Amino acid sequence: MMHSHMLTLVVFSALVSTVFATLLRETTRERLRFFLAAFAGFVLSTLVIGWLTNPFPR
Amino acid sequence: MSETRAAGAARDSSRTVTAGLLAWVWPGLGHLYLGRRGKGLVLMGSILALFVLGVAMDSRLQLHLGLEDPLALLFSIAQMGVGAPYVLARLLGYEAGLVTSPMYEYGNTFTAVGGLLNILVILDALDTARGVRGR
Repeated sequence: MMHSHMLTLVVFSALVSTVFATLLRETTRERLRFFLAAFAGFVLSTLVIGWLTNPFPR
Repeated sequence: MSETRAAGAARDSSRTVTAGLLAWVWPGLGHLYLGRRGKGLVLMGSILALFVLGVAMDSRLQLHLGLEDPLALLFSIAQMGVGAPYVLARLLGYEAGLVTSPMYEYGNTFTAVGGLLNILVILDALDTARGVRGR
């Protein structure tokens, strides 16, 4: 099974962004734009928070 | 005239209830019932993928209905939001999970988020059946 934190983050972000884009937007174009924005937001914010909390491991 | 209107309202109401129930029983089924095939299939695939991956990552599916541990109760409610797949996974013996697995917490997150997202999908199916939402 998935043992990579990065892969888990990418898969989770892609699936959740797909559901939100499908529910919250009406046209295919709007959904694609929303998906890309939400996916980038999930992945980048997680990486930034992970980087900022790196000095505090426990 | 008013009898026709009353019959139409009753039919709309039964359609709304059926769509809501189907959406809870199996993710995306409510939208398929309402003729939103593409939307239903995308929602079904995404939510089932979240739940199945969560179970494969050793998520715990134990049922907590008491108030002695409110967070465990909320967690159970979140997971049950996914409907029949939750029951099916428990029947197949996946309820205990594996707390020593390195992916255990990820699995819990995947299954709980899958259930919570399906609650949003149920609400969307109800709105669609009532004509509040267009597509």
